[in-house]
Amino acid sequence: MSPTKTIADGRLKVTLPPRAPQPQRAPAPRPATKRAAGPARDERDLVVELRGVSKLYGAGDTGLERATFAVRRQEMVFLVGPTGSGKSTIMRLLIKELDPSEGAVRVAGRDLAEIGRKKIPYYRRNVGVVFQDFKLLPNRTVYENIAYALQVTGASRKQIRNTLPDILRLTGLSTKLHNYPHQLSGGEQQRVAVARAFAGHPPLLLADEPTGNLDPETSIGIMQLLYRINRAGTTVIVATHDREMVDRMRRRVIELRRGRIVRDEATGLYAREENTNELGDRLRAESATVDAARSVLGPKQSKRNALS
Amino acid sequence: MKPGFFLKESIRSIRRNAVPSFAAFASVLVTTLVLGVFIPVVQATNGAANDVRGRVLVDVDLNTTATPAEEARVRAELVRAPHVKSVQFVSKQAGYEQERKLNPQAFALIGYNPLPDIYRVTPSNPNDAGAVRAELDQSSPLGTRLVSDPAIAAVQNRQAETNKILSATRVIKLTMALLAALLVLASVLLISNTIRLSLFSRRREVEVMKLVGATDWFIRWPFVIEGLFLGALGGAAAIGLLALAKVTLVDPLANTVKLISQPDMIAFPILIAILMGCAVAVSAAGSGLSLRRFLRV
Repeated sequence: MSPTKTIADGRLKVTLPPRAPQPQRAPAPRPATKRAAGPARDERDLVVELRGVSKLYGAGDTGLERATFAVRRQEMVFLVGPTGSGKSTIMRLLIKELDPSEGAVRVAGRDLAEIGRKKIPYYRRNVGVVFQDFKLLPNRTVYENIAYALQVTGASRKQIRNTLPDILRLTGLSTKLHNYPHQLSGGEQQRVAVARAFAGHPPLLLADEPTGNLDPETSIGIMQLLYRINRAGTTVIVATHDREMVDRMRRRVIELRRGRIVRDEATGLYAREENTNELGDRLRAESATVDAARSVLGPKQSKRNALS
Repeated sequence: MKPGFFLKESIRSIRRNAVPSFAAFASVLVTTLVLGVFIPVVQATNGAANDVRGRVLVDVDLNTTATPAEEARVRAELVRAPHVKSVQFVSKQAGYEQERKLNPQAFALIGYNPLPDIYRVTPSNPNDAGAVRAELDQSSPLGTRLVSDPAIAAVQNRQAETNKILSATRVIKLTMALLAALLVLASVLLISNTIRLSLFSRRREVEVMKLVGATDWFIRWPFVIEGLFLGALGGAAAIGLLALAKVTLVDPLANTVKLISQPDMIAFPILIAILMGCAVAVSAAGSGLSLRRFLRV
């Protein structure tokens, strides 16, 4: 067993070694400890790669400081940290809403700095994005909101009619087709946002605080949905400050503090992949355990838990 | 590009944003209406002013003893002179008849024709009347007059009258031009402001569209079509009202009020075309351009 793997209270814990910047497309030897499970991967498998990326905002504030990490195809990664730690900055860099002050951001092997302003829309079609505030078009029904993401790519009405039912079924929105966003609950709106982000089957899906506005039960639903999408082959990056949720998801976690990456490890990664229902059941069970613990420990303790 | 899709999008957005759409429509309607009234008024005023300016003449009086040969020579000289548009011969007799009609008693009292033969010279530009006169009739430094031809007795350009006409019409023309410029500026500002406001309320929508990967023109086309549509609608309504006003108010008065029946006034169909073109172009361009600010996401 490698020194970075430990088994603690029944969960497999894998700590990833620090990633040295490696030349693109060079046939690098694959470190045996990178993932506990998974097929052979090489550098071309990197969907997202940040190399020494810093982002300084106008007033001298640091959004991100020399962040370096890479995300492989089909990985599900959580960015955690308090507000202002740089999670959203990473998200905004990845959709090229911002440009880095320093360093290079690569997505699917392509340096985003090479993408001209005119080409940004075409790039964004390959990245699905989910926001905390949903960002749905208020004047359009659920169906139209999701269809819009396909319409911008020039899809015909027939293509849209063929693709949408699957996405609606996946996100459980089949009965809400003709509702407007204001007629939906927060969880439903977020599912519409996820459906829209996933409509074009992008290889990369970003979710910035997708559960920030939602209650725990609804949050589990959204996480299940993201998990399902991830299992279907899409790389998913989720930024959140909900650490309990992240711990329970047992995926790779990148922790940020004041713009720096302070932790990058896969906590409790299961060798065996769960299916979505199993995940949901487990999340609910563990959530119930935590609630029970809270009621025993009292509100003060549980508050500290939530913040730690 | 998919025209059908964009058309549907713009109709939807007009329906969904009824109040801002109506505001844009109304501002186009009002400004087109004002412009539609103003253009003929400017035209009529200018026409009247030009008519008055056309009366600026230079009279060249011949000696009463001038022979036909001399008359022909003077005529040739006048035609050759610079700034001269046309030369008209008014014989003693014709002048007498004309003047006697205006003032029969005075001429009856005189009992004979005191008038010389006259060449009535129209300058090519009313402002050149003085130059024409100076060309034909120069004052020498000694105060004696040096007429360019011995057969010419005097050259008159009714100095005071001409100056009055010229300055008055100049003021009128300048005022009209200034008013027209202000009005066009006000129209453009009003329309573009209305459009900006209605776009501002939809900037979040535009932001979301950009984030899902819509290109600038994909977002812009529906807005441009919407502007086109509202502009056309406002323009058409304004033209309808103008036509109504023309038929009910202007046409019955045309026979009695000279200003309205100016011969060189703009024809109604041309006026319509100009107004419609302006309304549509300003609205469409306004929507498309105002959007630029919100597209930088």
